[in-house]
Amino acid sequence: MSAVQTRYPEAAIEADKDVPIIRITRDFRGTPAQLMKAHTDPELFIRWVGPNAITSRIIDWDVRDGGSWRYVSEHDVQEFGFRGCFHTVSDDKVVQTFTFEGMPDQVALETLWFEDLGDGTTRLHAQSLCDSFEARDGWLASGMEVGVNEGYDALEKLLASGGF
Amino acid sequence: MTDELSKVFAALADPTRRDMVARLAVSDATVGQLAEPYEVSLQAVSKHLKVLEDAGLVTRTREAQTRPVHLEAEVFDLMTKWIERYRRQAEERYQRLDVLLAEMNDGPAVRRREDDKPRRKGKAS
Repeated sequence: MSAVQTRYPEAAIEADKDVPIIRITRDFRGTPAQLMKAHTDPELFIRWVGPNAITSRIIDWDVRDGGSWRYVSEHDVQEFGFRGCFHTVSDDKVVQTFTFEGMPDQVALETLWFEDLGDGTTRLHAQSLCDSFEARDGWLASGMEVGVNEGYDALEKLLASGGF
Repeated sequence: MTDELSKVFAALADPTRRDMVARLAVSDATVGQLAEPYEVSLQAVSKHLKVLEDAGLVTRTREAQTRPVHLEAEVFDLMTKWIERYRRQAEERYQRLDVLLAEMNDGPAVRRREDDKPRRKGKAS
Protein backbone atom coordinates (compact mmCIF):
# COMPACT_ATOMS: atom_id res chain seq x y z
CA MET A 1 0.00 0.00 0.00
CA SER A 2 1.35 3.41 -0.91
CA ALA A 3 2.09 6.10 1.65
CA VAL A 4 -0.96 7.62 3.23
CA GLN A 5 -1.41 11.23 2.24
CA THR A 6 -4.63 12.35 3.83
CA ARG A 7 -5.10 12.01 7.56
CA TYR A 8 -8.43 11.87 9.33
CA PRO A 9 -7.89 13.07 12.90
CA GLU A 10 -11.59 13.98 12.85
CA ALA A 11 -14.47 12.05 11.35
CA ALA A 12 -14.91 12.67 7.65
CA ILE A 13 -18.33 11.84 6.31
CA GLU A 14 -19.65 11.37 2.83
CA ALA A 15 -23.20 10.91 1.67
CA ASP A 16 -22.90 9.26 -1.72
CA LYS A 17 -24.96 10.95 -4.40
CA ASP A 18 -25.60 7.83 -6.48
CA VAL A 19 -26.33 5.19 -3.85
CA PRO A 20 -27.94 5.60 -0.40
CA ILE A 21 -24.67 5.16 1.45
CA ILE A 22 -23.07 7.03 4.33
CA ARG A 23 -19.29 6.63 4.60
CA ILE A 24 -17.25 7.65 7.60
CA THR A 25 -13.46 7.69 7.80
CA ARG A 26 -11.52 8.35 11.00
CA ASP A 27 -7.96 7.68 12.18
CA PHE A 28 -7.22 6.39 15.67
CA ARG A 29 -4.09 5.98 17.74
CA GLY A 30 -4.27 2.25 18.30
CA THR A 31 -4.10 -1.08 16.54
CA PRO A 32 -6.75 -2.72 14.39
CA ALA A 33 -7.07 -5.36 17.12
CA GLN A 34 -7.80 -2.69 19.73
CA LEU A 35 -10.40 -1.05 17.51
CA MET A 36 -11.93 -4.43 16.86
CA LYS A 37 -12.14 -5.05 20.59
CA ALA A 38 -13.70 -1.64 21.21
CA HIS A 39 -16.40 -2.50 18.69
CA THR A 40 -17.08 -6.08 19.72
CA ASP A 41 -16.57 -6.22 23.49
CA PRO A 42 -19.95 -5.12 24.90
CA GLU A 43 -18.44 -3.56 28.03
CA LEU A 44 -16.14 -1.43 25.93
CA PHE A 45 -18.62 -0.70 23.16
CA ILE A 46 -21.23 0.65 25.55
CA ARG A 47 -18.76 3.21 26.84
CA TRP A 48 -18.43 5.15 23.64
CA VAL A 49 -21.53 4.44 21.54
CA GLY A 50 -24.40 6.91 21.26
CA PRO A 51 -24.80 10.65 21.75
CA ASN A 52 -23.39 12.36 24.83
CA ALA A 53 -26.63 12.81 26.68
CA ILE A 54 -27.60 9.17 26.39
CA THR A 55 -26.69 6.11 28.39
CA SER A 56 -27.01 2.72 26.80
CA ARG A 57 -27.18 -0.82 28.05
CA ILE A 58 -26.57 -4.04 26.20
CA ILE A 59 -29.45 -6.51 26.07
CA ASP A 60 -28.10 -9.16 23.71
CA TRP A 61 -24.58 -9.46 22.39
CA ASP A 62 -23.50 -12.58 20.56
CA VAL A 63 -20.37 -11.78 18.56
CA ARG A 64 -20.03 -14.47 15.90
CA ASP A 65 -20.99 -14.96 12.27
CA GLY A 66 -24.78 -15.03 12.34
CA GLY A 67 -24.99 -13.82 15.94
CA SER A 68 -27.23 -10.95 16.99
CA TRP A 69 -26.99 -7.83 19.08
CA ARG A 70 -29.39 -5.46 20.77
CA TYR A 71 -28.92 -2.45 22.98
CA VAL A 72 -31.25 0.10 24.51
CA SER A 73 -30.43 3.79 24.85
CA GLU A 74 -32.07 5.87 27.50
CA HIS A 75 -32.68 9.58 27.17
CA ASP A 76 -34.74 11.27 29.90
CA VAL A 77 -37.48 8.73 30.39
CA GLN A 78 -37.57 7.53 26.82
CA GLU A 79 -35.91 4.35 25.64
CA PHE A 80 -34.74 3.66 22.13
CA GLY A 81 -33.86 0.14 21.05
CA PHE A 82 -31.38 -0.80 18.36
CA ARG A 83 -30.67 -4.25 17.07
CA GLY A 84 -29.17 -6.26 14.25
CA CYS A 85 -27.11 -9.28 13.32
CA PHE A 86 -23.39 -9.75 13.19
CA HIS A 87 -23.27 -11.15 9.71
CA THR A 88 -19.52 -11.70 9.50
CA VAL A 89 -16.88 -10.95 12.11
CA SER A 90 -13.25 -11.36 11.12
CA ASP A 91 -9.97 -9.99 12.51
CA ASP A 92 -10.25 -6.55 11.00
CA LYS A 93 -13.76 -6.37 9.61
CA VAL A 94 -17.35 -6.50 10.79
CA VAL A 95 -20.36 -6.86 8.52
CA GLN A 96 -23.60 -6.35 10.36
CA THR A 97 -27.16 -5.16 10.05
CA PHE A 98 -28.50 -2.21 11.98
CA THR A 99 -32.06 -1.19 12.68
CA PHE A 100 -33.75 1.32 14.96
CA GLU A 101 -36.65 -0.51 16.57
CA GLY A 102 -38.87 2.52 16.06
CA MET A 103 -38.54 1.89 12.32
CA PRO A 104 -37.94 -1.86 12.19
CA ASP A 105 -38.44 -2.16 8.42
CA GLN A 106 -35.57 0.18 7.65
CA VAL A 107 -32.49 -1.95 7.92
CA ALA A 108 -29.03 -0.70 7.09
CA LEU A 109 -26.15 -2.94 6.08
CA GLU A 110 -23.02 -1.79 7.86
CA THR A 111 -19.47 -2.67 6.99
CA LEU A 112 -16.66 -1.62 9.31
CA TRP A 113 -13.05 -2.29 8.57
CA PHE A 114 -9.81 -1.28 10.18
CA GLU A 115 -6.81 -0.37 8.08
CA ASP A 116 -3.40 -0.49 9.76
CA LEU A 117 -1.55 2.67 8.71
CA GLY A 118 1.70 1.25 10.02
CA ASP A 119 2.72 4.00 12.43
CA GLY A 120 0.66 3.05 15.43
CA THR A 121 -2.50 4.45 13.91
CA THR A 122 -5.42 2.66 12.38
CA ARG A 123 -7.99 3.99 9.97
CA LEU A 124 -11.60 3.11 10.64
CA HIS A 125 -13.78 2.84 7.55
CA ALA A 126 -17.51 2.65 8.22
CA GLN A 127 -20.04 2.28 5.46
CA SER A 128 -23.82 2.14 5.94
CA LEU A 129 -25.97 1.12 3.04
CA CYS A 130 -29.56 2.20 3.69
CA ASP A 131 -32.60 0.85 1.89
CA SER A 132 -33.54 4.17 0.30
CA PHE A 133 -32.31 7.72 -0.08
CA GLU A 134 -35.16 8.79 2.19
CA ALA A 135 -33.97 6.45 4.94
CA ARG A 136 -30.37 7.52 4.48
CA ASP A 137 -31.22 11.20 4.63
CA GLY A 138 -33.40 10.48 7.63
CA TRP A 139 -30.32 9.10 9.35
CA LEU A 140 -28.30 12.13 8.45
CA ALA A 141 -31.04 14.24 9.97
CA SER A 142 -31.48 12.04 13.02
CA GLY A 143 -28.47 13.31 14.92
CA MET A 144 -30.10 16.63 15.11
CA GLU A 145 -32.96 16.68 17.55
CA VAL A 146 -31.53 19.92 18.84
CA GLY A 147 -30.91 21.59 15.55
CA VAL A 148 -33.76 20.37 13.43
CA ASN A 149 -35.97 23.34 14.14
CA GLU A 150 -33.18 25.78 13.40
CA GLY A 151 -32.72 24.03 10.09
CA TYR A 152 -36.38 24.27 9.20
CA ASP A 153 -36.51 27.90 10.25
CA ALA A 154 -33.53 28.74 8.10
CA LEU A 155 -34.96 26.90 5.13
CA GLU A 156 -38.34 28.55 5.54
CA LYS A 157 -36.70 31.97 5.53
CA LEU A 158 -34.70 30.99 2.51
CA LEU A 159 -37.78 29.88 0.65
CA ALA A 160 -39.68 32.99 1.70
CA SER A 161 -36.92 35.32 0.60
CA GLY A 162 -36.71 33.61 -2.78
CA GLY A 163 -40.39 34.40 -3.31
CA PHE A 164 -41.25 31.17 -5.02
CA MET B 1 -43.68 22.18 11.31
CA THR B 2 -43.31 22.47 7.58
CA ASP B 3 -41.55 19.74 5.75
CA GLU B 4 -39.58 21.71 3.20
CA LEU B 5 -36.39 19.83 3.85
CA SER B 6 -38.09 16.55 3.00
CA LYS B 7 -39.04 18.14 -0.31
CA VAL B 8 -35.41 18.99 -0.95
CA PHE B 9 -34.26 15.49 -0.16
CA ALA B 10 -37.09 13.94 -2.18
CA ALA B 11 -36.30 16.19 -5.14
CA LEU B 12 -32.70 15.02 -5.07
CA ALA B 13 -33.63 11.35 -4.75
CA ASP B 14 -34.10 11.19 -8.53
CA PRO B 15 -30.96 10.64 -10.64
CA THR B 16 -32.17 12.79 -13.56
CA ARG B 17 -32.86 15.68 -11.23
CA ARG B 18 -29.49 15.28 -9.53
CA ASP B 19 -27.87 15.35 -12.94
CA MET B 20 -29.76 18.53 -13.81
CA VAL B 21 -28.63 20.09 -10.53
CA ALA B 22 -25.04 19.09 -11.25
CA ARG B 23 -25.18 20.82 -14.61
CA LEU B 24 -26.86 23.90 -13.16
CA ALA B 25 -24.05 24.10 -10.62
CA VAL B 26 -21.79 24.99 -13.55
CA SER B 27 -24.06 27.60 -15.11
CA ASP B 28 -27.66 28.64 -15.61
CA ALA B 29 -29.42 26.91 -18.50
CA THR B 30 -32.67 27.07 -20.40
CA VAL B 31 -35.15 24.20 -20.32
CA GLY B 32 -34.12 23.33 -23.87
CA GLN B 33 -30.46 23.16 -22.93
CA LEU B 34 -31.25 21.07 -19.89
CA ALA B 35 -33.33 18.65 -21.97
CA GLU B 36 -30.65 18.06 -24.62
CA PRO B 37 -28.83 15.04 -23.12
CA TYR B 38 -32.01 13.15 -22.21
CA GLU B 39 -34.19 10.98 -24.37
CA VAL B 40 -37.32 12.28 -22.75
CA SER B 41 -39.86 14.86 -23.78
CA LEU B 42 -39.53 18.52 -22.96
CA GLN B 43 -42.64 18.08 -20.81
CA ALA B 44 -40.92 15.41 -18.73
CA VAL B 45 -37.96 17.71 -18.20
CA SER B 46 -40.33 20.51 -17.23
CA LYS B 47 -41.93 18.21 -14.69
CA HIS B 48 -38.55 17.48 -13.15
CA LEU B 49 -37.84 21.20 -13.07
CA LYS B 50 -41.14 21.83 -11.35
CA VAL B 51 -40.14 19.42 -8.56
CA LEU B 52 -36.79 21.18 -8.14
CA GLU B 53 -38.55 24.55 -8.18
CA ASP B 54 -41.10 23.45 -5.57
CA ALA B 55 -38.27 22.31 -3.33
CA GLY B 56 -36.64 25.71 -3.69
CA LEU B 57 -33.57 24.27 -5.35
CA VAL B 58 -33.91 26.22 -8.58
CA THR B 59 -35.57 29.45 -9.67
CA ARG B 60 -36.45 30.76 -13.09
CA THR B 61 -36.02 34.32 -14.15
CA ARG B 62 -39.41 35.87 -14.74
CA GLU B 63 -38.49 38.67 -17.10
CA ALA B 64 -36.17 37.19 -19.66
CA GLN B 65 -37.57 35.58 -22.81
CA THR B 66 -35.53 32.41 -22.38
CA ARG B 67 -36.24 32.14 -18.65
CA PRO B 68 -32.98 30.44 -17.71
CA VAL B 69 -33.00 28.09 -14.74
CA HIS B 70 -30.86 29.14 -11.81
CA LEU B 71 -29.55 26.94 -9.00
CA GLU B 72 -30.16 28.24 -5.48
CA ALA B 73 -26.90 27.18 -3.93
CA GLU B 74 -27.84 28.42 -0.45
CA VAL B 75 -30.19 25.46 -0.07
CA PHE B 76 -27.19 23.19 -0.46
CA ASP B 77 -25.33 25.06 2.25
CA LEU B 78 -28.20 24.19 4.51
CA MET B 79 -28.00 20.52 3.58
CA THR B 80 -24.27 20.60 4.18
CA LYS B 81 -24.98 21.90 7.66
CA TRP B 82 -27.28 18.96 8.28
CA ILE B 83 -24.56 16.54 7.35
CA GLU B 84 -22.08 18.50 9.47
CA ARG B 85 -24.28 17.94 12.52
CA TYR B 86 -24.35 14.22 11.90
CA ARG B 87 -20.59 14.32 11.46
CA ARG B 88 -20.17 16.15 14.75
CA GLN B 89 -22.23 13.53 16.51
CA ALA B 90 -20.10 10.77 15.02
CA GLU B 91 -16.97 12.70 15.98
CA GLU B 92 -18.08 12.99 19.62
CA ARG B 93 -18.57 9.24 19.70
CA TYR B 94 -15.12 8.69 18.23
CA GLN B 95 -13.49 11.03 20.71
CA ARG B 96 -14.79 8.75 23.43
CA LEU B 97 -13.34 5.85 21.48
CA ASP B 98 -9.98 7.71 21.44
CA VAL B 99 -10.06 7.81 25.23
CA LEU B 100 -10.90 4.14 25.41
CA LEU B 101 -8.03 3.23 23.10
CA ALA B 102 -5.62 5.35 25.12
CA GLU B 103 -6.76 3.51 28.20
CA MET B 104 -6.21 0.14 26.54
CA ASN B 105 -2.59 1.21 25.98
CA ASP B 106 -1.87 2.98 29.23
CA GLY B 107 -4.22 1.36 31.69
CA PRO B 108 -7.33 2.87 33.24
CA ALA B 109 -7.31 6.62 33.63
CA VAL B 110 -10.34 8.83 33.83
CA ARG B 111 -13.41 6.72 33.41
CA ARG B 112 -16.15 9.30 33.22
CA ARG B 113 -16.83 10.11 29.62
CA GLU B 114 -17.97 13.65 30.39
CA ASP B 115 -14.53 14.59 31.68
CA ASP B 116 -12.62 13.25 28.77
CA LYS B 117 -12.94 15.98 26.25
CA PRO B 118 -13.57 19.68 25.92
CA ARG B 119 -17.25 20.38 26.33
CA ARG B 120 -19.16 22.22 23.71
CA LYS B 121 -22.11 23.12 25.85
CA GLY B 122 -24.64 25.15 23.94
CA LYS B 123 -23.44 28.41 22.56
CA ALA B 124 -20.31 29.67 24.18
CA SER B 125 -20.59 33.13 25.63
